[in-house]
Amino acid sequence: MTALFRKLLRDLLRMRGQAVTIAIVVACGIGSFVTLRSAYRSLLGARDTYYESSRFGDVFAQAKRAPESVAARIEAVPGVAVVETRLVEPVMIPIEGLAEPATGRLVTLPANGNPRLNAPYIRKGRMVEPGRPDEALILETFATAHHLEPGAKVPVVINGVLRQIHVVGVALSPEYVIAVSGAQGFAPDHLRFAVLWMDRDVVAAAFDLKGSFDDVSVRLQPGARSAEVRDRIDAILKPYGGYGAVDRSRQPSSFFVDSELLQLESYATIAPAIFLGVAAFLVNVVLSRLVHLQRPQIATLKALGYNDREIAVHYLSIVLVVVAAGSLLGVALGAWLGRGMLGLYQRYYHFPRFDYRLDADVVGVGVSVSVVAAMLGGLTVVWRAVRLPAAEAMKPDAPPTYRRSLLERMGITRLLGGSALMVLREMTRRPLRTLLSCTGIAFGVAVVVVGFYTRGALDVIVDLQFEQAQREDLTVSFVRPVDGRVSRELAQLPGVLRVESERVVPVRVRKGPRFRETTITGLSRDADLRRIVEWPRRIVEVPEEGVLLSAALARVLDVGVGDSVVVEVLEGDRRSREVRVAALANEMFGLGVYMSLPSLQGLLGGAPAVSVALLTVDARSEPQLDARLKRLPVVAGVARRREIIAQFERQSAESMNVTSVILTIFGCVIAVAVVYNNARIALSMRGRDLASLRVLGFTRQEISSVLLGELGAHVALALVPGMYLGKLLASTMMSATDQETYRMPAVVTPDVYALAVGVTIAAAVASAFVVRRQLDHLDLVGVLKARE
Amino acid sequence: MVVEEKVRRSLRGAQGRPDVTTERAAIGGGEAVLFARGLTKVYRMGEVDVVALRGIDVELFRGEFVVLLGASGSGKSTLLNILGGLDVPTSGEVRYCDHDLSAAAESTLTRYRREHVGFVFQFYNLIPSLTARENVALVTDIAEAPIAPEDALSLVGLAERMDHFPSELSGGEQQRVAIARAIAKRPDLVLCDEPTGALDYRTGQIVLEVLSRVNRELGATTAVITHNAPIAQMADRIIEMSDGRIRSVRENAAKLSPADLRW
Ligand SMILES: Nc1ncnc2c1ncn2[C@@H]1O[C@H](COP(=O)(O)OP(=O)(O)OP(=O)(O)O)[C@@H](O)[C@H]1O
Ligand SMILES: [Mg+2]
Repeated sequence: MTALFRKLLRDLLRMRGQAVTIAIVVACGIGSFVTLRSAYRSLLGARDTYYESSRFGDVFAQAKRAPESVAARIEAVPGVAVVETRLVEPVMIPIEGLAEPATGRLVTLPANGNPRLNAPYIRKGRMVEPGRPDEALILETFATAHHLEPGAKVPVVINGVLRQIHVVGVALSPEYVIAVSGAQGFAPDHLRFAVLWMDRDVVAAAFDLKGSFDDVSVRLQPGARSAEVRDRIDAILKPYGGYGAVDRSRQPSSFFVDSELLQLESYATIAPAIFLGVAAFLVNVVLSRLVHLQRPQIATLKALGYNDREIAVHYLSIVLVVVAAGSLLGVALGAWLGRGMLGLYQRYYHFPRFDYRLDADVVGVGVSVSVVAAMLGGLTVVWRAVRLPAAEAMKPDAPPTYRRSLLERMGITRLLGGSALMVLREMTRRPLRTLLSCTGIAFGVAVVVVGFYTRGALDVIVDLQFEQAQREDLTVSFVRPVDGRVSRELAQLPGVLRVESERVVPVRVRKGPRFRETTITGLSRDADLRRIVEWPRRIVEVPEEGVLLSAALARVLDVGVGDSVVVEVLEGDRRSREVRVAALANEMFGLGVYMSLPSLQGLLGGAPAVSVALLTVDARSEPQLDARLKRLPVVAGVARRREIIAQFERQSAESMNVTSVILTIFGCVIAVAVVYNNARIALSMRGRDLASLRVLGFTRQEISSVLLGELGAHVALALVPGMYLGKLLASTMMSATDQETYRMPAVVTPDVYALAVGVTIAAAVASAFVVRRQLDHLDLVGVLKARE
Repeated sequence: MVVEEKVRRSLRGAQGRPDVTTERAAIGGGEAVLFARGLTKVYRMGEVDVVALRGIDVELFRGEFVVLLGASGSGKSTLLNILGGLDVPTSGEVRYCDHDLSAAAESTLTRYRREHVGFVFQFYNLIPSLTARENVALVTDIAEAPIAPEDALSLVGLAERMDHFPSELSGGEQQRVAIARAIAKRPDLVLCDEPTGALDYRTGQIVLEVLSRVNRELGATTAVITHNAPIAQMADRIIEMSDGRIRSVRENAAKLSPADLRW
């Protein structure tokens, strides 16, 4: 081992506190990169493997009813490789344990049981046998939620007829990797959404669709243009009530998976960039101090004949060792967190194989980017070291120049004590250092804000949705639309304080090729329990004529007020009408559509009816009422507001807690690292002054107030910009998330700010405590004897 | 002492130098290792020019011991730095054997220092995080045919303190480590800028003793800057500077051993 290498090790040992904090920041940078990137690659890998092996379609189209012969015409479209037709029908599953029946899809399987596209993957049990009228495969998420095993019997309403279906297998599907219907809901609801696969002939008989199909999936030839194929398919299906073909990217489950991937990708850039930026800053600060302290040593090395390259390598090696340690830790951390993240994903994304993969290039890129960042931080410093003329550096430094600051000249400082004056002078003497240090701390605050932001934003959503918009205690849904009398009868029940009613109709809203499945809610204009609330918080009146769309749906359909959309009713006689968009509301949830009750009646035709009653009740009688209502034959289900809120919070808390805990830890790491390193450097730069003060008879208390005062000032200056930066980061990251299910309001609640500030101050106090202890043990003789 | 004998033999043997004593006889009319003509050095300090050297002609001969005297600010350190390749003159010529140093690139100067020059500074300039042995090793790591650090330290009488850090050594001991470090590469030139400046009389004497012995036994050309005129009595030649010029150069007929010096 060369003597210079020994020096390197001893220098590192001497500044271990700083080296360790920088290594940890680097570790967080690489760690976040490896976590998110490996999760990204794993998800991508699972997706691509599954989509390929299950022959997931590239283009999907629906029609009202098309003769089977049309399939050959689609197959003839240039670019089309494989065509699979089938029937996809809505079903209801009035299963035990649910207030409202679960809804779902009935998907047909060809007679051979092996569809050419979108093949279900059987996890348990067996394939449906052709011709058996009562056999079905069932989606795994629903089966798990209801503890259904092969062999179970499930009640299913197929085209208005209740049948007992025999579950023969539990399956996954590339179309339902995440179990969403594409309609409402902020997250997949495994309890209430089901998919059943049954023999095509059986289903065709039940819906009277023999020799026809209403759903077609297409696999494209390599290099085929999806848009052109879709246009041709649309033209072919138009006479048969085609709904417009969509690309795989708009297929609901695929869309969810892809937007998760997109989000991971953007997080995988933002988070490491912040950490590596902070790491570069710390490397710069710490190394510049080291080089400054070692000026005489550098000059000596040069005088002894060490050349520029050897000296540069020596100082850069210090950085390299720290980065190497950080990388090792970061990769380990990343692999661990990445695996954990995948575990979390496994609950949401259902692939037959979900293997964790940590690719060498991910590690390679993470490590090299960190090395580059740290080197960038160290390069200017090392350059300065190398440029140091051997002869001149032999002389000790000239005393630093202090100037009377502007504040001082204004006389403000006369109001301050002596130590405050020293703090002020130090900060104004190195404005860039002060700025960078405050920026570092501000990033710490910002990361913690981002960590807690979602939680605060969810509180806002809960407030909007459940305090402002849905204000009823019990939601009673009827088995079929009923007339207004039923509401009045409900009002007579003991404990019921108020009753309102509304009409909810499943629809498909379409504008050209764009469409979404959702529901229209018909509200009476004096409705008070169910209101339309947008963000920033405002109650929106339902328009007399026309529809009100949630802003998110308007964006999806690319329509504005005054445009018209086609509303296709998905029940009854399935009529479709063109309706004018009368208003928009920036709702936080889902893709809602609202109409006034009379104009919805007009659209639907027939006698006025309602499908849901909203009740406020006396809290004491709520349980009895709940039970009593459920026994009424006209009532399909009763939902209690409190349970809905609890479920919402449970579902969202689950995924968000992990993220916010990790981000909070990361934020603390940044804050501690920046504050601690600043403190150490201040101590090293001012140790001599402070020791002199001690010798002159100043107390420990007094000298620490000088040093810690400066730290305190940095932290104080960083808080407000940090909060702002946090808000900025939070909304940037939010805009990368899926906007269709729910939207986070770009608001950071005061308690989030308070938490972030509290966490940062705690981190600062902890590092101040460490430095204070070092200050207390200041070796007076040693410090004064040293040449510097 | 056995070690010293070994060192001495290894020194002569390794590089096949001529016997020191025979070479010593050649001083005066001898071979100039360093040769400078018309050296000037001007430091630009903002608006004013500080002229440190105003035309210096000087040579150092192989194996001799030279003392540089002069008032503070007379340009001694500036001259020594230029001769040692730490700095370049504003004008004039410096040659080491056949190499021109005055117009050399930084890399050439670095190689020159690395291969031929050993420095001893007033403030020792040891690396505080390295032990005595490691400080010497710093040089032997990059030298071509060095003396083992242990042997170099024995030569300056610090065999017992090899694993001590600078902070655990007295000023005189630190300066001896610095000397061991300067000579371990078997330099052709040993340049010392006030090596006793920070030391008391007794310690200073020990350090000078070591320098004189190294000069005798290794045959390295040695130049020592000092403020103490009496020290000049141990030199072969005494160069006196004032105001950036050489005022006088004289040969010292009655050379004293350091032990006999008084100041
Ligand atoms: N780096 C520098 N920049 C400007 N002026 C310098 C520099 N180095 C030396 N000088 C000036 O050059 C002149 C000669 O300096 P030098 O250090 O060579 O003197 P010296 O003889 O070694 O003095 P001392 O005995 O005090 O060490 C002095 O006037 C000094 O102020
Ligand atoms: Mg000098």
